[in-house]
Amino acid sequence: MGILDAKIPDTPLKDKWTKYKNDINLVNPANKRNIDVIVVGTGLAGGSAAATLAELGYNVKAFCYQDSPRRAHSIAAQGGINAAKNYQGDGDSVHRLFYDTVKGGDYRSREANVYRLAEVSANIIDQCVAQGVPFAREYGGLLDNRSFGGVLVSRTFYAKGQTGQQLLLGAYSAMNRQINRGKIKMYNRHEMLDLVIINGKARGIIARNLITGEIERHSAHAVVVGSGGYGNVFFLSTNAMGSNVTASWKIHKKGAYFANPCYTQIHPTCIPVSGDHQSKLTLMSESLRNDGRIWVPASLDDAKAIREGKLKPTQLSEEQRDYYLERRYPSFGNLVPRDVASRAAKERCDAGFGVNKTGEAVYLDFASAIERFGKEQAAIHGNHNPSKEEIRSLGKKVVENKYGNLFQMYEKIVDENPYETPMMIYPAVHYTMGGVWVDYNLMTTVPGCYAIGEANFSDHGANRLGASALMQGLADGYFVLPYTIGDYLSSDIRTGRISTDLPEFEEAEQKVREQLAHLVNNKGTHSVDHYHKKLGKIMWDKCGMARNAEGLQQAIAEIKALREDFYKNVKVPGGMDEKNAELEKAGRVADFLELGELFAKDALHRQESCGGHFREEYQTEEGEALRDDENFKYVAAWEYKGVPSEAVLHKEELVYKNIELKTRSYK
Amino acid sequence: MKLTLKIWRQKNAAAKGQIVTYNIDGIEPDMSFLEMLDVLNEGLIEKGDEPVEFDHDCREGICGSCSLHINGRPHGPDRGVATCQLHMRMFKDGDTIFIEPFRATAFPVLKDLIVDRSSFDRIQQAGGYISVNTSGNTQDANAIPINKHDADKAFDAATCIGCGACVAACKNASAMLFTSAKVSQLALLPQGKVEATERVLNMVRQMDEEGFGNCTNTGACEVECPKGISLENIARMNREYLGASLKG
Repeated sequence: MGILDAKIPDTPLKDKWTKYKNDINLVNPANKRNIDVIVVGTGLAGGSAAATLAELGYNVKAFCYQDSPRRAHSIAAQGGINAAKNYQGDGDSVHRLFYDTVKGGDYRSREANVYRLAEVSANIIDQCVAQGVPFAREYGGLLDNRSFGGVLVSRTFYAKGQTGQQLLLGAYSAMNRQINRGKIKMYNRHEMLDLVIINGKARGIIARNLITGEIERHSAHAVVVGSGGYGNVFFLSTNAMGSNVTASWKIHKKGAYFANPCYTQIHPTCIPVSGDHQSKLTLMSESLRNDGRIWVPASLDDAKAIREGKLKPTQLSEEQRDYYLERRYPSFGNLVPRDVASRAAKERCDAGFGVNKTGEAVYLDFASAIERFGKEQAAIHGNHNPSKEEIRSLGKKVVENKYGNLFQMYEKIVDENPYETPMMIYPAVHYTMGGVWVDYNLMTTVPGCYAIGEANFSDHGANRLGASALMQGLADGYFVLPYTIGDYLSSDIRTGRISTDLPEFEEAEQKVREQLAHLVNNKGTHSVDHYHKKLGKIMWDKCGMARNAEGLQQAIAEIKALREDFYKNVKVPGGMDEKNAELEKAGRVADFLELGELFAKDALHRQESCGGHFREEYQTEEGEALRDDENFKYVAAWEYKGVPSEAVLHKEELVYKNIELKTRSYK
Repeated sequence: MKLTLKIWRQKNAAAKGQIVTYNIDGIEPDMSFLEMLDVLNEGLIEKGDEPVEFDHDCREGICGSCSLHINGRPHGPDRGVATCQLHMRMFKDGDTIFIEPFRATAFPVLKDLIVDRSSFDRIQQAGGYISVNTSGNTQDANAIPINKHDADKAFDAATCIGCGACVAACKNASAMLFTSAKVSQLALLPQGKVEATERVLNMVRQMDEEGFGNCTNTGACEVECPKGISLENIARMNREYLGASLKG
């Protein structure tokens, strides 16, 4: 076990980033033209990094598995992006955003990184508006804000329920400008399958052209991985079908430590599972909790009658309902952080109060919001004695304007009108706080290899607050990495182009070919999805919203056995030298089968509950998470040693100089 | 539900394609259309056949990957949805469903139901951006108030997901709705006005070079657009283009 150095500048928190930027080495513009950088992934982090590095003058090669960089899964983020602008004058500040984020992460994130994130947050909004991102505005023409879980201010900027789409299209447009200038070479439909290390430094990747099947070598002076999170290890999640851990896992296997894999966010408001055929889950934005109220029937009999279809939710009076979040957490109410809201839903459903056929759903109800908005609108329009109908109609319009696309999405999937009857929701896997370990420079333990956005671990601790993922992705890509990478590359100005004929490339390519050949020649009995679904079930049952030592030990053994079975019996039709979706999936699932085991191992070792990691053995009498700061106030970074069970733990102690560690309370 | 599927199969870009018939059983109305194809593919893999390839990713109607022509309509019979949001409750037991790739010269078929839409990227690369570097020193986001009406219209245009249904629906395979959505978004915002002339000229030129057809105002694109992008955008682009050409 070793101790990790995060290279945090030893200056006061407020000056760290500014002073650091002033002191680091720069690369002169003429030399930047001779330096190549590979960026894997074109979501908010990868896309913004690629664009900014190209603007600075580096030669960028960007890779994505989709047919266009615009389709990265950041596009599906709905609710918003946080920034400490204090436009609402409600007491927000850089310090408060920093504090909320550290507290929200249950005191398991790195102070220096979070403070930097809060500092650059305001720049992100300025930058995006300058790019033409159409954020929501008020009638006065100024930007509008809303509130998200775990905070007491309104600091979230949004574009209806499509904030991620608008921000990603902003980054995509910045990339397009650089592609047009020839500064970014874009490789669509390419998947990174290995990292190439030469003399201890990351110097390139092996990628597969997904259309032709060709295996390609690409060299560079640095490699940046911005390929997102690993939520799909659960099979069912809100991630896109193609979202995967492969790029992160490949660099892990080449020496990058993987941090806190067990920190997973189970998002409280998703559309419940409807059957065995389900391929993915759909999120209903957290922003809905601004106006929606969450409840289950107060009596078990009513819950049973609703499940059997004998009773409708709208027939229950206020007294017959249990608004359990408002009851348990009066000060934050429906806007408690995600981990808290998810566990509370599970608690009610486990106790028998669930409201759909499977018993795994609670209500998210807009009736009182529709009434409140309706009255407000009637008064604004001079109607001081509105009828019930008028109120409903006016209120519905306001709700439609705020959340229209989400309501439509819900109706298409569930076939029920959420304006008339409450939505049914249940928690689902959404985001992974864990990821590749990085230092203050966002560099992994492999020199010259960086990880940004959801792919790294650094800013969200054990639980991410709503609207902070977009903030972090863009902060890393637009404002942090472009500075810190220069410091590293300044020593590379005389290196010159790196040849792809070097033996290290040859060896890496050979390994990739062997793995692919094994998969297509195996001719086993079960499809890739068969294994992926089995893995997902183990993960959800034993490494999901609540975990215990016994279950985790079982998970470790079961995943190991499943992995062995996979390599023996998987069936991948088609060949290597063509478009082959099954082969792509097989490679990704193979990596999930290793990650899953490390995930369970990490969850087993962390004998405390914090944020999204809830160990049943460690809870308060009221069922809240019980942290153990004395023994677990550290980042667990795992070093790969051939198999997940042999992974070696390295610790980064977390030091809190500017925030007092407290029991997180939202009561 | 029991269904007969007639699906376009094509080995690769160079191969000749054909419609192949498949019978499928046990489909539930709550399944999405793509989940129905997942079931078909599981069955094909089990039998040792090659599964049907199609583009898909987010499966919530926002990434724009999915691109099927279903019974002669892009994204199928439902209104305002992408294929991934189409549910089997829109079909009846015993139905025959034709599934083809989007058809257009500028969208060549790569395999089965997958087409190459990189021509869309190249149109965007020709000018679909505002030239502003990432410096951290751009002016405060609230320095220029923007009329809510214009901001909302810009947003509506910006919700295009780049799926290509407009092209697939058009008898001329025109990309006017797609191109005009970006031109409109940026022309409606003060930040975008500086480069408006160049932008519209460059994007339209690229659109023509890619082999997309002309617009004859049939409005099929607007009807089939999963995001309801308005024809108004085409009118705005024509106005911008005319103005730019005169300045030109």
